[in-house]
Amino acid sequence: MTEPRWVRIGLAVASGGVLVFLYLPLVILAIYAFNPSRLQAWPPTGLTLHWFAEAAANPGLRAAIVNSLIAGAGATGVALVLGTAAALAVQRFTFFGRETISFLFVLPIALPGVVTGIALRTTFQTLDVDFGLATIIVGHATFCIVIAYNNVIARLRRLPRTPEEASADLGADTWTTFRRITLPAMGTALLSGGLLAFALSFDEIIVTNFTAGPGTQTIPMWILAAIQRPAEVPVVNVVAFVLILLSAIPVYLAQRIAGGATGGGRY
Amino acid sequence: MTTASSVSAPETPTPQPGRLRRFAAWLHLHKRVQRNLLLGGPLTWMVVAYFGSLFILLLGAFWDRDPFTGQVQPFAWSLDAFESLITNPVYLTIAVRTITIAAAVTVTDAILAVPIAYYMARIATPRVRQLMVVAVLMPLWAAYLVKVYAWRTILQGNGFLEWALGPFGVDAPGLGQILNAWVVLSYLWLPYMILPIFAGLERIPNSLHEASADLGARAGITFRRVTLPLVFPALVAGSIFTFSLTLGDYITPDLVADAKFVGNVIYDNSSLGNLPLAAAYSLLPIVVMIGYLLVARRLGAFDSL
Repeated sequence: MTEPRWVRIGLAVASGGVLVFLYLPLVILAIYAFNPSRLQAWPPTGLTLHWFAEAAANPGLRAAIVNSLIAGAGATGVALVLGTAAALAVQRFTFFGRETISFLFVLPIALPGVVTGIALRTTFQTLDVDFGLATIIVGHATFCIVIAYNNVIARLRRLPRTPEEASADLGADTWTTFRRITLPAMGTALLSGGLLAFALSFDEIIVTNFTAGPGTQTIPMWILAAIQRPAEVPVVNVVAFVLILLSAIPVYLAQRIAGGATGGGRY
Repeated sequence: MTTASSVSAPETPTPQPGRLRRFAAWLHLHKRVQRNLLLGGPLTWMVVAYFGSLFILLLGAFWDRDPFTGQVQPFAWSLDAFESLITNPVYLTIAVRTITIAAAVTVTDAILAVPIAYYMARIATPRVRQLMVVAVLMPLWAAYLVKVYAWRTILQGNGFLEWALGPFGVDAPGLGQILNAWVVLSYLWLPYMILPIFAGLERIPNSLHEASADLGARAGITFRRVTLPLVFPALVAGSIFTFSLTLGDYITPDLVADAKFVGNVIYDNSSLGNLPLAAAYSLLPIVVMIGYLLVARRLGAFDSL
């Protein structure tokens, strides 16, 4: 360690400050979930679990949860199939433009979501496609593919090729080798990539607003509408509390299963 | 793979190979076909769903609208959308506001991220480092709207900020301040900046720091002359996210600052049926981001993505 003592102490204090900044809003909102008052005023007036029951019985919220689960499953399925195929092609074959593929898949997350949203909406409208869950899934899949791709390709880079060669030497054809050797070796990468893609889809609002029809609401769309209705505030607080707790799942997965394979953040 | 996956193959080799098996054996010898089957699906998806949509968006910017009903007339060409964008100064104001806030958010996040990333990469023990990575990842994965909503409750009247500032006799500014957008967007995208910088700092071998110290450089000089140039590409990689995510956000500005960003104009006009204007204005973030990405690539950011 080459840093002098005062630098180390200063950095520790600054890091602590940043962590407080990151967590304070989440903690404050989590406390509101137990606030008996209908008004969002600080400090809370007491403690209650009443709003949890109210949230569980909210029909609009239930419908939104179902929609979000379907959209997440659909987008994750598309992303896993296409992302895995692309990762296998890039990792196992050489071809013209191979370097460009990674850049191509990063583009939907590098360009602002509002661009993806308006582009898809314009296209659906021009082609007279009915807006609904299917259009939401298409929108989510465009940026979920990159997560599946990144997770699978990181795993493929570390996999030794010898088991596959041995399998081929023993007479297995391409499909058998893939099914018996490559696929099991990719298993956890597919699991973590799939769950991270699902989590991303579950949280998406910027693109979803453009690709959802008037009758279809996902969880984020429900929250956005409910925030602006004072009567729904206590139920939103409960939903927010649950979502904050749920964010531990992708973090756990990213740490344990992927072993930090996805280097920078979410993608 | 995509074509074969729908049919299940028998477990053991059979004396009379079925059609699928023969196809698989043939595939084994034809690597190019294998590759094309693998690439076909994802490339078709990207080209049709994504680039196809972007192309239609580009066309949509030049579509005409019925002068009486306002109905969009696809494939009837006009420059009306661009004319209104240029003649009405509000669109320039909004563009300048959005890009200024995006730049401010990026600089703010860089300033906040470097110390904590440095602490994580070089000073914390492995155990503390692991805990801090988790501590930075948690808020990143917490739902976007939950975070915006949390700030809304903090900033609004009778909220946490008013309560905290009250004893000092300072009035909370309340919602509807453009500075709120700067604070909240900096908050939202901060983890996207911390993680790449942390990864970049971790890649710098410790021997370089020691060499610099041995040659007589003090901590400040080592940081400026050795660490910062080496971690700069990672910082630019993080800035792609902070800049792009701010540039395209239309929910946070509306909820915490009551301000219009480029995204709000795009969203509002597309909802109101003025698609050509929305499409034409969306060319602005596309052009800005492509320029940003080209500069970022020159600075070596893509190796740190």
